[in-house]
Amino acid sequence: MNSVIDAGQSDPALVDEIAAEPGGEHIRRCFACGTCTASCPVREVTERYNPRRIIHMALLGLREPVLSSDFIWLCSTCYSCHERCPQDVRITELMHAIKNVAVRHGYIHPSFRAQVELLGQHGRLYEITSFENERRAEQGLPPIAEHEQEIAALLVATGLDRLATDGGKRAADG
Amino acid sequence: MAETGTPIRYALYLGCTAPVRALNYERAARATAERLGIDLVDVEGLACCGFPLKAVQHDAALLLSARNLALAEAQGLDLCALCSSCTGTLAEANHALRSDPALRERVNQVLEQTIGRRYEGTIQVRHFVRVLYEQIGPERIRQAVTKDLGGLRLAAHYGCHYLKPVEAHDGFDDPENPRSLDRLITALGAESIWYEGRDQCCGGGILGADEQTALAMPRLKLERAMAAEADALVIICPFCDIMYELQQRRIERLYETRYNLPVVFYPQLLGLALGLSGEEVGLPLNRVKSKKLAEIAAAGQIPAAF
Repeated sequence: MNSVIDAGQSDPALVDEIAAEPGGEHIRRCFACGTCTASCPVREVTERYNPRRIIHMALLGLREPVLSSDFIWLCSTCYSCHERCPQDVRITELMHAIKNVAVRHGYIHPSFRAQVELLGQHGRLYEITSFENERRAEQGLPPIAEHEQEIAALLVATGLDRLATDGGKRAADG
Repeated sequence: MAETGTPIRYALYLGCTAPVRALNYERAARATAERLGIDLVDVEGLACCGFPLKAVQHDAALLLSARNLALAEAQGLDLCALCSSCTGTLAEANHALRSDPALRERVNQVLEQTIGRRYEGTIQVRHFVRVLYEQIGPERIRQAVTKDLGGLRLAAHYGCHYLKPVEAHDGFDDPENPRSLDRLITALGAESIWYEGRDQCCGGGILGADEQTALAMPRLKLERAMAAEADALVIICPFCDIMYELQQRRIERLYETRYNLPVVFYPQLLGLALGLSGEEVGLPLNRVKSKKLAEIAAAGQIPAAF
């Protein structure tokens, strides 16, 4: 992080790719004021997550250091920066866009891949068995069902079913 | 309670977490809705809102949201959600689909081909607490209270997706200085106290990605609510409950401290104030027990002194 940035490492196509992603359109508006980082509740508890730094790294075209990082997965999606950004960079959506690009290049945090798997299997994040419905009945609540088939079909339509079965990180050119 | 001629009727959107992990919240929401004349309809087929997919693939998240919107629209109903993340995800998708006909058509092509559904962009998405605030209102709630909660010092936690992004929620409350939950709390006779970091996120969004970092966030909230001598933290989202209540013992062990801070869902307090029993608002399911709330529930009236 503290070394001099090697211009030869810079890939200007990265910012084009992010800007073409839904939610990433406003990345070039950033003038690095740091309102996002100052507002960030994750930054308050760890220096590993710093939205201004991530945006700046992306603008510098540091493709692998951004897309393969763990820190892009640390946005809690609270929208504090999103509401306060004076340039309307729409940072929460931008962070989603950067993660979407990372996923397309084979980088996904295991916890998110696990969630995709759960959705394909159950249509929801928690499995519904007779146990859950018995607990609900004890509270006088109606039973619920999973409806996983339609969700699984939508995951197939978007190609995310393959993501769930691909296993770990693939090579960036995968 | 509802004004005659204006029935308040919604498809109830439970999401993934509330109907499995926060039965107390769901029970209290259904019971208070019934008391106040809000008709919450169970619509078959509703599933995940799409929130977990936003980080993975924008279009997939949008399709899951649109599917739920289509199911409610087919019943001619607006959606009322208990989870703030679900509310934000569905409201944001709805905002995009309603304001961009080309996007809606693109989404509908996939929905139709894949699962035979369409969304025409005709419904609204609101959080249950927003419905209480806007369509019942603090004043009518105050008039309906039979058991005043005076003497309770409550720390309101708005969370994030109940309010933000503001355009998805029609700007119904100010994200920098929200008042809706405070007004609903004071309508019950309780005090809504100020505390540092009121607007701070629960950290639920990164619990899977980095547990240590995620738990440092609710720790700060619990510290600050304790410093302000809160009797309880008042929440309106089942994922905030996971962070503040379910994880509270772990946070205490990690940081070698003790909070024992009760965490309650606003509809539970509302239900007690409307005269419902502790059982009817799911109070026995709250993990961190509140002696004061138990006394209020049991006594049928406010104890003379706490």
